[in-house]
Amino acid sequence: MRFLLIEDNAKLAGAVMERLQLDGHAVDHAADLDGAKAYISAADYDLILLDIMLPDGDGREFLQDQRKAEKRTPVIVLTARSAVSDRVSLLDLGADDYITKPFDFSELEARCRAVLRRQGGVAANRKTYSGVTLDSTAGELAFAGSSHSLRNRELRLLEVFFNAPGRVFSKSHLMDRMFAFSDEASENAIEVYVARCRKRLDGSGAKIETVRGLGYRMVEA
Amino acid sequence: MTAGTSIRQRLFFQLAGIAALLSVAFFLVVQVVAERAAEGTQDDILSASAIAIADSLRSEESGVTLELPYSALSMLSTINEDRVFYRVVAAGETLTGYEDLPLPDETPQLGLPTFETLSYRGDEVRSVSVVRAVGPATNLQNVVVTVAQTRLGLEAISRRITATATGVGAGFFLVATALSLWAANLALRPIDRMTGAVTRRGPKDLRPVLAETPTELAPLLEAINSFMGRLRASLTRTEDFIAEAAHRVRTPLATVRAQAEVTHRKLQKPEHKQAIREMIRAIDESSRSAEQMLDHAMVTFRADSLAVEQLNLSALVEETCERLKPTADIRDIAIRTKAPDEPLMFEGDSILLQAALQNIIDNAIKYSPEDSEITVRVDAGADLRLTVSDQGRGFGAGDHSKLTTRFERGGNVGNIVGSGLGLTIADEVARVHGGTLEIGNNPEGVGACVSLVLPRL
Repeated sequence: MRFLLIEDNAKLAGAVMERLQLDGHAVDHAADLDGAKAYISAADYDLILLDIMLPDGDGREFLQDQRKAEKRTPVIVLTARSAVSDRVSLLDLGADDYITKPFDFSELEARCRAVLRRQGGVAANRKTYSGVTLDSTAGELAFAGSSHSLRNRELRLLEVFFNAPGRVFSKSHLMDRMFAFSDEASENAIEVYVARCRKRLDGSGAKIETVRGLGYRMVEA
Repeated sequence: MTAGTSIRQRLFFQLAGIAALLSVAFFLVVQVVAERAAEGTQDDILSASAIAIADSLRSEESGVTLELPYSALSMLSTINEDRVFYRVVAAGETLTGYEDLPLPDETPQLGLPTFETLSYRGDEVRSVSVVRAVGPATNLQNVVVTVAQTRLGLEAISRRITATATGVGAGFFLVATALSLWAANLALRPIDRMTGAVTRRGPKDLRPVLAETPTELAPLLEAINSFMGRLRASLTRTEDFIAEAAHRVRTPLATVRAQAEVTHRKLQKPEHKQAIREMIRAIDESSRSAEQMLDHAMVTFRADSLAVEQLNLSALVEETCERLKPTADIRDIAIRTKAPDEPLMFEGDSILLQAALQNIIDNAIKYSPEDSEITVRVDAGADLRLTVSDQGRGFGAGDHSKLTTRFERGGNVGNIVGSGLGLTIADEVARVHGGTLEIGNNPEGVGACVSLVLPRL
């Protein structure tokens, strides 16, 4: 996905960009409203991440301008304030969602996905392997003419495999991708989710196989 | 606030006091003037009588003779039943009359009557003496005529005057007192008007008061307005400070957390990954605490100036749940809402209610096992109940009432990150809305069950 990050704190922006790029997203960074406007006019983005307190104005004005211009690019506000302290709801101003700093990237990802799903009409984020299509935005797995909706963790596990079919992933790598830092998870949990994904892929052209001592990989069935 | 003396009372007593003084003065003046007038009348008649007697003195060879004109005495008898005394003295001898009637201490001068008040035969009498020179031009003789009269009639008149003056004075006092009361009320009416203009306002209304005030009250009104201005500024400063504090604490935490996540991704060794994981959990713990403390401060602060509006509780619940679904979804937890279709109107502060509900649901998400369900129910019975029940570990046995105390956490929280403020915030929000927070275990199975109970309109 292509993100525009509008954030004046350079260190935070750098870390967020790097983190999003690790997941394969493209991120442009604007440090103020002027920069943001320049980026917006030059390119199309799937999502805008907007900080509220900016050096050359209030992010909420940007939000209102966007909505007045009927630009429907979804906006997720990154706020350092608590919801209780903001009298005017960000959602009333046209933000699609907000997340308070500091945030867990798995939560940001979940919110992005929820926003894109609500929006509809946006180009689906699909990956196909061996006749099986994974739609990350819709959270669906489709093969043989029928589609099945996935639970969040199943989707995240399958995303890892669909991004690099044939590659072997260790249990600890899969754990990092699937569990938030607040979760207490054991490697056994991975086995549970792998078993579920195998069930989901039953009858399709793909399967997940165990590579003894190393981990798992997705191969053609 | 101490209740000082009432201006109304003071003004009333002062006006009534002045009325009392004036009444007494009026009484005294009437008394003195009337008595003088009565006394003057008696004196005039007495001197007329004495002069009439003196006029009838004749000088003959044998000496001075007098044929007492009875009219001279009868003019005196018109006044009541007073007794009349007279004495005519010529050359030191009493010609006629009461020999013991005292003469004036000094022989009066010709043509000028002398008046005296003295005691005679057990009564107070008023006497007048005139001198007349009688006889042939060669042998003029001074004759003193003294006429006296008791003062019973005068005293009776004086008593009547006193009675009338007392009546009029008392009446004047009563009327003046009633008028003072009315005047005091009238004078204080602008203060009442101003009080009304201030007390009619809502708790959040800190605009200057523009009530019409007399010039004397203008400084007070100015003081009130300047105080409200300062209060408004101070409230805004507090809100800004809390927001600014949140910003200052969270932005660096966000940077550190994002960098830690990136580092975690790049590291290979499990022990290094574990160290970063611990670090991130510590960051989460401190940011959660900071957030909750600031929220708690904000709730406490806002509780004093509740921004009440008409809101639809069903919609508020739907909206809050919708927002929390992605967070729950990460752990494959489903949030199910059961709200009545028709709008449920409630008067309250929507931001505070949302914060309360969010804290309760956040707790439910944190303590729920993966792959479970959280139910948020809205019931409209005698009270409005927002109930959040989960399939988590519940609250364990024992007293749950302490859980709403600040920084108090349940005995079975394990190592789940928390600040111990979530339920405190929810409880405070419930209380400022006149409701309660009920904490217990799910009666229909495992898990916790927390209800925000709000009174119906």
